[in-house]
Amino acid sequence: MSGSFDILMVGIGGQGTILASNILGEACLIEGRSVKGAETHGMAQRGGSVESHIRIDGLFGPLIPPGQTDLMIAFDLLEALRYSHYMKKRGRIVVNNHLVLPTSVYTQKIVAPTEDEIIATLKKNPLCLLDADKMAADAGSPLSQNVVMLGAASGSIPLKPESLLEAVRRLVPKKTVEINVKAFESGRAFGTEC
Amino acid sequence: MERKYLLGNEAIAHACIEAGVDFVSGYPGTPSSEVVDVLRTQPERSYYLEWSVNEKVALENALAAAWCGIRALCTMKHVGLNVAADPLMTSAYTEVTGGLVILSADDPFAHSSQNEQDTRCYAHFARIPCLDPASVQEAHDMIPAAFALSEEFGLSVIFRPTTRICHSKGDVTLGAVVPSTRKGEFHKDPSQYVVIPSHTRILHKKLNEKQPAIKKRLVELGYNRFEIRGKTAIIASGIAASYVQELLPAGVSFMQIGAYPIDEEWLGAFVSGHEKVLVIEELAPEVEDVVRQVAGCVPVFGKKNGHGSYEGELSPQAVAAILVKAGFLATNPFVQQDPVQNLPLRPPILCAGCLHRSAAYAIKKVFRDAIYPSDIGCYTLGLQLGVVDTTICMGASITVASGIAHSGEPRDVLCTIGDSTFLHTGIQGLLNAVYNGANMTVVILDNRITAMTGHQPNPNTGITACGVESPPVSIDALCRACGVQFVETVDSFDTTGMVHVLEQAKKRKGVKVIIAKQMCVISARRAGIKRGKYQVDTETCTGCGNCIRFGCPAIEFANDKAQINDLCSGCAVCVQLCPVSAIGKEGKK
Repeated sequence: MSGSFDILMVGIGGQGTILASNILGEACLIEGRSVKGAETHGMAQRGGSVESHIRIDGLFGPLIPPGQTDLMIAFDLLEALRYSHYMKKRGRIVVNNHLVLPTSVYTQKIVAPTEDEIIATLKKNPLCLLDADKMAADAGSPLSQNVVMLGAASGSIPLKPESLLEAVRRLVPKKTVEINVKAFESGRAFGTEC
Repeated sequence: MERKYLLGNEAIAHACIEAGVDFVSGYPGTPSSEVVDVLRTQPERSYYLEWSVNEKVALENALAAAWCGIRALCTMKHVGLNVAADPLMTSAYTEVTGGLVILSADDPFAHSSQNEQDTRCYAHFARIPCLDPASVQEAHDMIPAAFALSEEFGLSVIFRPTTRICHSKGDVTLGAVVPSTRKGEFHKDPSQYVVIPSHTRILHKKLNEKQPAIKKRLVELGYNRFEIRGKTAIIASGIAASYVQELLPAGVSFMQIGAYPIDEEWLGAFVSGHEKVLVIEELAPEVEDVVRQVAGCVPVFGKKNGHGSYEGELSPQAVAAILVKAGFLATNPFVQQDPVQNLPLRPPILCAGCLHRSAAYAIKKVFRDAIYPSDIGCYTLGLQLGVVDTTICMGASITVASGIAHSGEPRDVLCTIGDSTFLHTGIQGLLNAVYNGANMTVVILDNRITAMTGHQPNPNTGITACGVESPPVSIDALCRACGVQFVETVDSFDTTGMVHVLEQAKKRKGVKVIIAKQMCVISARRAGIKRGKYQVDTETCTGCGNCIRFGCPAIEFANDKAQINDLCSGCAVCVQLCPVSAIGKEGKK
């Protein structure tokens, strides 16, 4: 078996999952650890459901099998639910308390589960719910939502927080380093409480 | 040595620079596009680079460069190789002096493609070597070897990463860059480069005579390798090898295939040393066929007897299931959990403010009962809006439209095609339709960019792949030159104008072309164009749902009223759709 720490990041195309996965990869390099990952690119990115697999200490393939995920970082409640079968029994779910309804709900009148119903189902696993949109805005930019999420999850990630912060500094646009460091720290502070 | 966390395509691009590539051409196509995108955005380049108008054009350019003795890379997605198949087959005869690597990226599971064809079959067909990496690191390491192999045998080499290589990431150890000192020079040799029958018969024989030495060389290079660990064996190729390694039971021998053609003698010796062999590979049974040829009495398990599938992609859990079925594992190590059922799907959709959505709206309004052939691009997502009845391959909207128009089908035929696809293989279809007198309407959705694959420029953009200004082609003049009498250009966001022009086209006979022009909303955002957001006056809104049916992700419905969210990019098309004028600019009543 792989022996890796498997992180599944899910969300909606355009929410910044790719930068977040790059930060995790860079932090692994800083610590001299091996890392493998897989991402959604191309047409599926146009507002569709996207997933990023990151396997810290991964040696083989990039894909996490269902039931094997140690940590899920979800940018949207519905997407967290969609991929919940990937979770290990006690795997932690860090999810943005926000639900974007797919257009199909309006155009085809498909019934979506409510936020409360989704949260009740996700609670089978240790769950950390946070308002990443607001925390990102407070840090100085709504675009730092992905870094807030990483910060909130960082307590469960087997990487030193200094390595993650250094990776954030290296990878975010130069002008936004300060905002993103703040975003990471506020996420981390929240994450240790929940 | 430098270590980086890279996307497969980034690692491949870097390896091309390390190998001193001199010439790069290609046509964008997921999952291959980032290779050229990385190469074209390097701060300094020591190579010539172009986005070509299609894959055939790209390959012929690269082939000629390789004839001149320089190293050439040509990239495309798997179906692009169909377009380039004509030069591919005969280029195996004519040889190359500089290395020519043809990157053709396969897409098992058709994540972003119209089919699941296997590029390895093309290599087999053309009798040229094919390299099939199992990891991002191997993809990187194979590239310099691919150029050297091409030069050693005077043959183009196919490099075949799959989506799970191209769009995987890994910690990659990079190599040193070896700058090129090559300069192109063409040596005239008609017996080599003019494939008249008397020449080609000799060239074909030479190609066939090379095969045994190629097979031996690929084993020496270590891309096909094995480890004896027991009396049973698993043979796996490409990315499947990495899934097998994650699960490999103790006491089972393992052979990894990363290069074709496979040396039968070498393979036979391995197989005959085992009591049972399982072959695991994605898509076509390319490896399994050869294993079965050499296996003799050794039982072979593979997709041909139900252990594995001809379609889709593999994964650790799929490989585990095969291992259990073939008796290599007692139980599946992965917990089987079913996904939550009946969730609303979130398929990709056209962006808020996309020019294609407003064009689709006008088309549906005027050509209500028409047949809608369409093409490959973001606008294929118009399927959700009811304006896509057919999609086969690049350029086939216009040809399918003329075929239907000539079939006796009484309804109107209106096809849609993007500017890049029109310039790729659409022009010939238009020429043919005019020449043969079809009655049909062509809507060219013109956003001046190849959007879906990541905003690559094309001859319509006004800049080259490397950012040099070039004269943008006039699609209007091109259509008129093909003989089209009715060519109208209209702003896609101007619903009234679009409807008017479509009505004019509907009344006329012959081939009519409407160029629906507007900037891609993503390009507009990147260019800093701000149009301002719109909002719904809930007091005026009657909740009729007209705007909701438009299908824009910026429009939601709550408490029986429409509302506009943050995704609004200000195209203002919904303003034109609202029967009670309830939608206006934010901050204004």
